[in-house]
Amino acid sequence: MAGFLIKRLLQAIFVVIAITLVVSFAIRLTGDPAVTMFQGGGAMTEADLARIRAALGTDQPFIVQYLHFLKGLVTLDLGRSFTGGTSVSLLIGEALPATLLLAFISMAVSVVLSIPLGIKAATSKGKGADQIIRIFSLVGLSFPNFWLATMLVLLFSITLGWLPPSGMSGAASYVMPAITMGIILTATNVRLVRTSMLETLQSQYIMVARAKGLSETKVLYKHALRNCAIPLITYFGLQFGGLLGGIVVIERVFNWPGLGTLAFDAVGARDYPVLQAVITVLSLLIVGINLLVDIAYGLVDPRIRTE
Amino acid sequence: MTVKLLSAAKTFRLSRFNSLEFILGASLTIIICLAVLFSSQLFPGGADKIDLMARLAKPFTTAAHPLGTDPLGRDVLARVVAGGKISLFVGFTSVAGSVLFGVLMGLVAGYYRGFWDMVVMHFADLQLAMPFILLAITFIAIVGGSLTNTIILLIVSQWVQYARLVRGSVLTLREREFILSARAIGVRDWRIIFQHLLPNLIGPVIVLMTLNVANNILLESSLTFLGMGVDPTIPSWGGMLADGRTYLQIAWWVSVFPGLAILLTVLGLNLLGDWLRDSLDPTGRTSR
Repeated sequence: MAGFLIKRLLQAIFVVIAITLVVSFAIRLTGDPAVTMFQGGGAMTEADLARIRAALGTDQPFIVQYLHFLKGLVTLDLGRSFTGGTSVSLLIGEALPATLLLAFISMAVSVVLSIPLGIKAATSKGKGADQIIRIFSLVGLSFPNFWLATMLVLLFSITLGWLPPSGMSGAASYVMPAITMGIILTATNVRLVRTSMLETLQSQYIMVARAKGLSETKVLYKHALRNCAIPLITYFGLQFGGLLGGIVVIERVFNWPGLGTLAFDAVGARDYPVLQAVITVLSLLIVGINLLVDIAYGLVDPRIRTE
Repeated sequence: MTVKLLSAAKTFRLSRFNSLEFILGASLTIIICLAVLFSSQLFPGGADKIDLMARLAKPFTTAAHPLGTDPLGRDVLARVVAGGKISLFVGFTSVAGSVLFGVLMGLVAGYYRGFWDMVVMHFADLQLAMPFILLAITFIAIVGGSLTNTIILLIVSQWVQYARLVRGSVLTLREREFILSARAIGVRDWRIIFQHLLPNLIGPVIVLMTLNVANNILLESSLTFLGMGVDPTIPSWGGMLADGRTYLQIAWWVSVFPGLAILLTVLGLNLLGDWLRDSLDPTGRTSR
């Protein structure tokens, strides 16, 4: 088990280093941040540029800059934003909880929806309910998330006036973003629940549970669901990357003050310290969650460890 | 006996549903492709014709603008069809690019094993660990958003799926008797790869391609919506939706119809892909 843990941890660290290296290197390729900062600032001399480069540390060799960035990552001091000079850690500290909270609520919405629907589809395989759930799932998979978000705004904010169209202020503002991502996730999850449930329902212990006269609800939700919980948690965990990607997009629709909004503003303003930090934080999150899922799975199912 | 009859009835119903899936998927895809192909005949005025006298015309009221007009008086239907040209073009070219590159890499890695296999697969694993949106933000921040860059980004992010799929199948196929005997009688490597291996891989690759075109159309429209994809002055579905957001209060139709177009196109392709997967793999081994 220790060997498995160390191997997975090293793999995760390697992936994070590879991503941050590529991103840092690629961002340096795009041009001199000193020139970017100076844009619109009138005439500049070579001496001005040199001064800015020295202040930003961009006159150093790439590897020194990268090590400096890694050190900043550990000490939570990621420098200052090019626009406004705010501390990057502060910006991340404000945006990260907004995105994460939305991610967890969306995941919860999708779990609450997809488990009963998936079980219903599995138990009525090939019948009407299964077909309806299948159609729902296909339509959900084809929905552009940002358009679903726009349509919800049109219905609930503009036509009915029930919910605030944008911003993060109070519980009501979470409803539409969470429902958007919850529905999109459910379209995939319901299929996963259905497939694992179908496999589990063929097991002998389910036959035994039924034979000894347990109620169908008890058989499904207590015996079957518990046994496919582990693969389901794995699937749900592995979706975290896609979920964050979706949230980053719909943040634009709802003017949600999260990492997506921060990233796209940074792309527009060529604000590289912020951009580099957002990408690093997102990749740390995703790699971290995948690692946790892997370890949890390895703990529960010893066969995985020897792979 | 009854059990047999029941299961036969079930299979029949399933297969009928499957063919409904096919009819719906195929007709949606064909109608959209035809509309896009003949857009210049259907809308001789073009998608950029500005008619300030007919600004913000409501949909379903005039024959001249069946889906209404935008704040510049441009016909929404003509723009939706023109946007389809961009989406389908990006969808098909990006998938063609990833298939060419991915299948080739997968064939080489699976057939020759060894060093190249290791390089390709390690790279693939690393790339799979990086979610699309991160790759997209980084890539677009560096090279800027444009039609070509969007296609390149999609090729770069999607080829891995084909490489892995093909490599996996080649690993088992290369040990099969027909390949071993071809090698034994001295058939050249390239001939084994393209004449004997490739035809055995086409089924799953086509399924993946169909679903991939659908997914890439979604990704392209998201990127363009965020201002990181296709040039905003070209009519595209994502771009129209980004514009429409400003007028959501006064002109819902500017936002509704381009999104509906994305939904129907992607749904048509997903239906076709699902149907193909079920027909090519009746045991459902690869179904999600």
